[in-house]
Amino acid sequence: MQEAVIPTPGQAPAPVPTVEAIIRAEHIEKYYAQPSENRIQVISSTDLSIVPGEILALLGPSGSGKSTMLRMLTGLSTPSAGQVYWHEKPIAESEINVSIVFQSFALFPWLTVLENVEAPLQARGVSPEERRERSMKMLDTVGLDGFEGAYPKELSGGMKQRVGFARALVVEPEVLFMDEPFSALDVLTAENLRSELLELWANKTMPTKAVFIVTHNIEEAVLLADRIIVLGRNPGHIRTDFKVQLAQPRDRKSEPFTNLVDYIYKVLTKPDTAPTDVPGHQHPEPKVRDQRQMHYQMLPHARPGGMAGLLELLLDKGGRDDIYRLANDLAFEIDDLLPIVDAAQLLGFLKIEEGDAAITPSGAEFANSEILRQKELFRDAAVGHVLLLRQIRRALESKSDHTVPEDFFLDMLDEQFSEEECLRQMETAVAWGRYAELFDFDAGRRRFVLPDVPEEEIDDSEDSE
Amino acid sequence: MNLQHPLARTAVTTRTWPFLIDLSVAACGLAIFFAVVSTGRYWLSKPAPIVEISHSIGALPVYAFYSIVRIGIAYLLSLIFAIAYGYIAAYNPRIEPWMVAVLDILQSIPVLSFLPPVVLFMVALVPGHQLGIEMAVILLIFTGQVWNLAFSFYSSLKSIPREMIEASRIYRYSGWQRFWQLEMPYATIGLVWNSIVSVAGGWFALIACEISPFANYTYQLPGIGSYLQVATNSGDYKALMFGIGSVILIVVATDQLVWRPLIAWSDKFKFEQVESADRVSSPILALLRRSNLLSSLPSRCWSSIEEPIYRRLSRTPECRVVHPVDEERSNRPSFALYALAVAAIGIVGWGALQAVIMLKTVNWPDLKLLLEGAAATFLRVNAALLISAVWTVPVGVAIGLNPRLSRIVQPTAQVLASIPATAFFPIILIGLVKIGGGLGIGSIALMLLGTQWYILFNVIAGAMSIPSDLREVSSLFHFTRWQRWTKLILPGIFPYLITGMVTASGGAWNASVYAEYSHLKDSTLQTIGLGSEISSATDTGRFPIILLATIFISLMVVTMNRLVWRRLYRLAETRYKLEG
Repeated sequence: MQEAVIPTPGQAPAPVPTVEAIIRAEHIEKYYAQPSENRIQVISSTDLSIVPGEILALLGPSGSGKSTMLRMLTGLSTPSAGQVYWHEKPIAESEINVSIVFQSFALFPWLTVLENVEAPLQARGVSPEERRERSMKMLDTVGLDGFEGAYPKELSGGMKQRVGFARALVVEPEVLFMDEPFSALDVLTAENLRSELLELWANKTMPTKAVFIVTHNIEEAVLLADRIIVLGRNPGHIRTDFKVQLAQPRDRKSEPFTNLVDYIYKVLTKPDTAPTDVPGHQHPEPKVRDQRQMHYQMLPHARPGGMAGLLELLLDKGGRDDIYRLANDLAFEIDDLLPIVDAAQLLGFLKIEEGDAAITPSGAEFANSEILRQKELFRDAAVGHVLLLRQIRRALESKSDHTVPEDFFLDMLDEQFSEEECLRQMETAVAWGRYAELFDFDAGRRRFVLPDVPEEEIDDSEDSE
Repeated sequence: MNLQHPLARTAVTTRTWPFLIDLSVAACGLAIFFAVVSTGRYWLSKPAPIVEISHSIGALPVYAFYSIVRIGIAYLLSLIFAIAYGYIAAYNPRIEPWMVAVLDILQSIPVLSFLPPVVLFMVALVPGHQLGIEMAVILLIFTGQVWNLAFSFYSSLKSIPREMIEASRIYRYSGWQRFWQLEMPYATIGLVWNSIVSVAGGWFALIACEISPFANYTYQLPGIGSYLQVATNSGDYKALMFGIGSVILIVVATDQLVWRPLIAWSDKFKFEQVESADRVSSPILALLRRSNLLSSLPSRCWSSIEEPIYRRLSRTPECRVVHPVDEERSNRPSFALYALAVAAIGIVGWGALQAVIMLKTVNWPDLKLLLEGAAATFLRVNAALLISAVWTVPVGVAIGLNPRLSRIVQPTAQVLASIPATAFFPIILIGLVKIGGGLGIGSIALMLLGTQWYILFNVIAGAMSIPSDLREVSSLFHFTRWQRWTKLILPGIFPYLITGMVTASGGAWNASVYAEYSHLKDSTLQTIGLGSEISSATDTGRFPIILLATIFISLMVVTMNRLVWRRLYRLAETRYKLEG
């Protein structure tokens, strides 16, 4: 385990636990088998331990499988391979004591606040009087004294999450899991709840031994966690795992803090060396010229408008800027910024070097042009770099009626991505294609159409975006 | 009051399963029909008792009571069965497609066309007792009510938000706790609305059953329907008026005393994050809530029963571990299950084959008559739909766009829809005979009476739900009347219109069995149609005709559903849905 505040980049050490881990995941994987030979790997073989006495943050962009990882660690989802242990016994057979605080609160709208908090105790057969006493005490601790009789729809978001916390803590869990608990709240309320969480943890008011928080907010992770694990995606895997040695309370503006955040940005934007693929699950060895056998890039979900804005900003700063600083200036979180950066990189408009984004000559031309020229440049870049768009255009040109159904391409994407991701990839591809005037999309009939076709076909298309 | 689940059926629209399953369901249906019919035929000789029905007004409350009891029992049975069926379907992925296919098909088939064979079957089963007939009628009403309740429960279960399921698992809820604290509350609103529809349909069927005797197997069920029939036959118009009045009274009372409080109470289960502005108020519910006894007593009783259950459940090994949400039951089915499946296939196959053999006895003239009848009924049903739409759409839109008017009329229209049109059949038939008109037009009138209210109140709800900002746009830009209708109003009410039309269409097919063939004193009114074929074939005991006619009806309804209504639903869900 790293001792220094800034660990050397690129290391993903396998920790040798000195204390017995409460939950230990050994070589867990998650994949979905497809009818064809392919396997959609969501999470590749991972080892992870949750040891007592620390707050552990799992950080990663969307699509890295962090929620899936959380569900596997709590027993809510069975890993496709590997095993999760609770105090060295398989988790499926153990009487585990954990709680989850959910992103969308997951409160039962037909129960009062008190009944919501009592419910887990009721499941454990606790007597009504004891239930009530423990729940009232917990509601008091989270600051909701007086609201026992209220229904969740009468409460604000922050208060609902407090109820979520009270419910999670009333069973005195050994590990408290949190799935992006503050992302549905406004900034001030989130700040408030974060500091209250730290207080509860520091005063040892809760008998909880470890906290596991999943988040996509880098600052939140550095603010709260004693140990941070950064996930990469495609498939989900651990990129780095290190301890944070800053003392609490942590100052966002202090240099060690900002250095750490910067380092994490670097890790996230560095080109990823994918982990060794499980043998036997690659594409068939004989390389086929048939384009349909080729690998589709995972399109980052960003809009052309966003990319144009980012490139103009970069140009303004002299063509090069630190990604962390960009995010700060724009008040973006990584989930918002990284897709735009990735998309611009995919199209060749910028380059990432050591955590800095540097604009390329074509990017500079793009940023300097006016709208019509921008569309042209975008079109050339899209056709040049994105396989899916190239294929759609080619198919449209070769057909006599110049239309192709959406399902044709969805079937091919299906081989590589999960169903949900397929649809999102298609949405992004349609947005890019429309902007670039490569094709149009008739949402009513779910077909791609060439844009320079007689009037009636264009009139039919409704934009549902 | 707005319709919260106008498209409650559409959750199934995007499924694609092999034609094989539909075929198997059809085969099962044939086999069951054959079983029913052959039992009936075997016991033909036993006469059924005839009970004297008086048409004195004093006897009316008793008859009303009998009818209410029948509806009540049928409804309770339907509810319990529906919850069990939906639960099993939702949590057993292996048999889920089959169960949902069955639901889907049975939901569309007009139940009343099965009355004749079912009555025969039941009478034969319990010969010499009134019980057989009662059971037949209750079973029939049950069959009409249960499928949409089951479907509502099933689709509620499938749409519970994932995080709530995960919360119930991580906190180790027992199945019991999960059912009462998560599944039932979530499904309550859908069940309440569907119950209203089901019970209304149940009344329609019940009165139709009580009215119509068959020439050879006469039976009389003491109840409102038979009261109306007897009153009409003996020309006692005062009694007839009282009879109809009592039907209306019962429907209105049920609406005020049962449905509205239930709807107002079930607001508590609405899964929304913020309080909504429009809520149904019910003075009865307010009254009940104010009573202290009623609020404390049930909860105290309930908790004294509940607590020991929870305590015992918490100690079971099942409640000690966290069950994964994506539990894959990878255990291979046992040999017993295979054997059972093979046996079932064998029995069903044999039954279906026998039914097909029976069909072979139908000769060409009969077949021709049936085909003509099918065409005639088809045209009639669609004519009724068209006529309803033509008047209800303008009227409904006019009412719906006027908030004050709609607040009064909408609930009234809903109550009107619940009044069983079959109660008016006797008097309308008399009227038709007096005018000298045939049942050809008369049957359309009868169908209209039963079904146009569904379209009306759906259109009103649809017009009410057109957002005001869209209306402002249309007036700002001075839309012409044509533009307003084609670009704003018709697309806006489209989903609701489709829902109304589907319900109306089902009701019209149902009504066709009665509307096309009726006994009136000594004469028989009839017209060309499938319904009349079924009824006349029952009178003469020609089972193959009954079977074939029923097959035709089912086929037509299911095909219409698949080809037309399903597509329109999908269009309503995707292109014409107002919220994104």
